[in-house]
Amino acid sequence: MAEVRSNLNYAASHEWVELKDGIATVGISDYAQEALGDVVFVELPEMDQQFQAGDEIAVIESVKAASDIYAPVAGIVVAVNEVLEAEPEAVNSAPYEAGWIFKLSLSEPEAEQNLLTAEQYAALCESQDH
Amino acid sequence: MVDFSGWHLPIHYGSQLQEHTTVRNSVGMFDVSHMTVLEIQGRDSEAFLRFVLANDIGLLKESGKAMYSAMLNEAGGIIDDVIVYANRPDFLMVVNCSRRATDMAWLAQCVTGFSCQIRERTDLSIIALQGPQALTVFQATGSQEQTQRVAGLKPFQGGYAGDWYLARTGYTGEQGLEIILPHQAAVGLWGQLSDNKVAAIGLGARDTLRLEAGMNLWGNDMDESISPFEANMARTVVMDDHQFVGSAALLAQTEKGVDRQLIGIIMQGKGVLRAQYPVHQGTKVVGKITSGAFSPTLQRGIALARIRSCTGPLSVAIRGKQVPVDRVRLPFARNGRPVYSIMPSAS
Repeated sequence: MAEVRSNLNYAASHEWVELKDGIATVGISDYAQEALGDVVFVELPEMDQQFQAGDEIAVIESVKAASDIYAPVAGIVVAVNEVLEAEPEAVNSAPYEAGWIFKLSLSEPEAEQNLLTAEQYAALCESQDH
Repeated sequence: MVDFSGWHLPIHYGSQLQEHTTVRNSVGMFDVSHMTVLEIQGRDSEAFLRFVLANDIGLLKESGKAMYSAMLNEAGGIIDDVIVYANRPDFLMVVNCSRRATDMAWLAQCVTGFSCQIRERTDLSIIALQGPQALTVFQATGSQEQTQRVAGLKPFQGGYAGDWYLARTGYTGEQGLEIILPHQAAVGLWGQLSDNKVAAIGLGARDTLRLEAGMNLWGNDMDESISPFEANMARTVVMDDHQFVGSAALLAQTEKGVDRQLIGIIMQGKGVLRAQYPVHQGTKVVGKITSGAFSPTLQRGIALARIRSCTGPLSVAIRGKQVPVDRVRLPFARNGRPVYSIMPSAS
């Protein structure tokens, strides 16, 4: 059973979001990393670029396929996890910690409203398993 | 799990990357029972195989040798690639399960006039044991008769021990065995190897291992519209004193020249190459990737690509960006190590 962390928000496209002081830290969920299989390359977004919610912002290449990562909220890229350039497998081994991908400075203060709660996301994963 | 031509097969048993590395560093086992085993028996067996295969089975003078070959149509296109084990006067031939129906129909059509029978051995399974420790592990597992048989085999040789056929062949670029045996015995051997801590390897790692070894996959790197000369298989075609289905077409190709070739490429930077990505020389599209993957041994994107003959540096379009690649002499890796060499692009 994939882990869904209760302190995080989620997008239906399987990114997790931690909102804190106007910054959104984003990665992919445990459910998503399991579905992708071994991650071998992460194409990180460029710093200072602006994205709307739903924009393609990064790419995760696993042994199986290349998958787009979408910006779960609107914002400007203020940090990228460069550790993933040498250790992309962190997305598999620690998706909610060392495997974070990028941070956005929020454009809209109400970003949380468009995201799923942990409970809603867990229900979504369960429905996609059937 | 995936549906693989009607067979239910696992892509991996856990981590595909780990399975790949396990085979390169120690040993892994593959259940490849989906592959079709044919037995060719009768007076004309050799003559028939010389007729339907582009490699020359007549060169396998003794029993106990294996040969890789393409089976062609009249136009010289590859119907399938096969392994033949000489067990004179009979032969075993292992063909792709995805091509089973086509191959069986084609062989039935070609066999007219030859005194031999083609029998599908649906009673047999195949277990491949591959990796630097494969032989050691088997020698600790098999019966005395089996281990004695294996001890006497050189690479690309095979032979029977009772009703098990043991061959020093494989699809990984490592040393190892392919063991053709009755179903019940296969279940027993799998359990025994599992008890001896041999890891099971899925289809995913099987594909990246064969790609690193520079080996083709039917349906990706070759098909009925592709000749062996366009699939890096010229070495497996024997034209001297050998007329076979497709040989006239191949002769014509040799005279006219072949414009397309299958080459190995490797990314200069990070990323993954995948099948169908277009290959460019300057602004021109010169071909496309036929098989691509992330190579765990090289830690880079690698691929086989079919391109028109051209000079100058190549690049691959990945999500709209041109990414530089180098041409390499195949294979990429063998016996646990990178072995490729980059070819100069100006030549």
